[in-house]
Amino acid sequence: MKRASGIRLELGLLTLLAALSALSICAGRVWIPLTHLGGETDARWLIITALRLPRTLLGILVGAALGLSGASLQGYTRNPLADPGVLGVSAMAALGAVLTLFLNLGLGSPWILTAFAMGGAAVGVTLLILIAGPAGDAVSFLLAGVILSTIASAGVALALGLAPNPWASSEITTWLMGSLADRSIVDVQTAAPFIFLGGALLLTTGPALDALTLGETGARALGISLRRTQTTIAVGVGLACGAAVAVTGVIGFVGLIVPHAVRQFVGERPSRLLIPSALAGADLLLAADILVRATPHANEVHVSVAMAALGAPFFLGLLIAMRRKLA
Amino acid sequence: MGNASTDLRAENVSVSLGGRDILSHISLAFAPGRVTAILGPNGAGKSTLLTCLVGLRAPGHGRVTLEGSAILEMSARERARRIAYLPQTPEIAWGLDVRTFVRLGRTAHRGVFGESAADARAVDEALTSTGLSDFAARDIRTLSGGERARAHITRAFAGEPDWLVADEPLTGLDLGHQLDAADLLRRAAARGLGVVVSVHDLGFAVRAADRIVVMTEGQILSDGPPAEALTIEVLAKAYAVDARWVAGQSGALLDVIGRRGLS
Repeated sequence: MKRASGIRLELGLLTLLAALSALSICAGRVWIPLTHLGGETDARWLIITALRLPRTLLGILVGAALGLSGASLQGYTRNPLADPGVLGVSAMAALGAVLTLFLNLGLGSPWILTAFAMGGAAVGVTLLILIAGPAGDAVSFLLAGVILSTIASAGVALALGLAPNPWASSEITTWLMGSLADRSIVDVQTAAPFIFLGGALLLTTGPALDALTLGETGARALGISLRRTQTTIAVGVGLACGAAVAVTGVIGFVGLIVPHAVRQFVGERPSRLLIPSALAGADLLLAADILVRATPHANEVHVSVAMAALGAPFFLGLLIAMRRKLA
Repeated sequence: MGNASTDLRAENVSVSLGGRDILSHISLAFAPGRVTAILGPNGAGKSTLLTCLVGLRAPGHGRVTLEGSAILEMSARERARRIAYLPQTPEIAWGLDVRTFVRLGRTAHRGVFGESAADARAVDEALTSTGLSDFAARDIRTLSGGERARAHITRAFAGEPDWLVADEPLTGLDLGHQLDAADLLRRAAARGLGVVVSVHDLGFAVRAADRIVVMTEGQILSDGPPAEALTIEVLAKAYAVDARWVAGQSGALLDVIGRRGLS
């Protein structure tokens, strides 16, 4: 019964993704209906291949990475408030990326920056688990997240401020408020392999996340290795989330909102949330990006601002609901 | 009396934490098909002993063997298939339906492709044997304490283990549900399951167990069939209470008179 509804949900999310992708290619400052395209000489063809296609692909990849990371982190920590953005993992990835600029490493090669971003994210997850303790409750995880994201954000500002860089303040914004605008196919090529690899790792944690429903002792008694699970989560989130942040900057709340929405359809079993959360994350980020582009304004709003506008009230609602449950 | 090739054994097991001895030189052998109740006051080391028995804690000295081989040298998966362990105050983080919850007991049997026909059959059989089939679709967190305790035992049965080690599985249950749970464990033992439970309720221990081990301060105070292990002297020493055995309708009953020296 649950499995059938899971497959139905996945098909629905895929259909929605196809529709949103088409819309994302058509929509923007100029509306380009796909049916009215001329040959390759059409100038509008360039807009699509050089700008909108990479942007759409990146929206799908990054949204999926964030949704899947959120679902795995929530499963691992048994904390419905976990999200790479909220808990400072993405900010740690940004700090890693910015360090390469500060240290003048590998300018011109996106690989070194991406590697540092992924390293930052993996260190972020590990620190989070270490600070909150092995059996951390919701409050300790949130506090650990606040500490991590404060330090990482300050580190980003500091590194960019100290770097010999006249555009420091705009760079800070670029990293801490992520966006999908003006990305190229190179960005897609840089991020995609790591997002796929990280995603594949996270998908293998399903049985361990299910077993962790019984707590750490319960899971160990079922033969689950906590250390292996923790390493897989740290490396998986590090790769997926780090690669995402390396090309878009920090985009929060996708990983927070998406698993909650998915639970309404397939129940709370952690392994059942992983694939739908990746799909729904792609849907959500793509939809938000289309909305951002459609806003009639001289300067485009960053998609992370739109996500925050959506995510912060959602987060508040969750907190209130949790308090009611505890009271 | 024991047989090393079928027993679960603690051999000279000692554990100390922060300079305090939690367990001192415990040697016990448990035979399959029997229910052993571990009794003792709070802090006697019962939970520590159980976690050592199931291989979740490495003792400072000594070792635990299962059918002759050291438990810490077995793979976690192999160990989990052979021994089901129900921790004290078990956590349930998400609202799973009862069937999915019971299926967690099959974790160590899972193949790469998820649930097999054998897994589904074991889950069904476990649900039937504990009478939880009608609850299969219910959210585990909406069950009453008694039903939830039964769900935990069902989850353990679903893994088709040779051993069930449970840390106070009856705490918080009313009399009726305690009897139900005792009955479940007795019937499972009759089918060959080795059962080791820590309990606080003396009445339950006398009723359900073939053998009682009384612990105090990390040591074994007495060990044997209920009437032999729970002597007046042992109770006085372990719990500082005065008690006596009286004749009852269903056999000898333990009458606890009161705190030692106050009666």
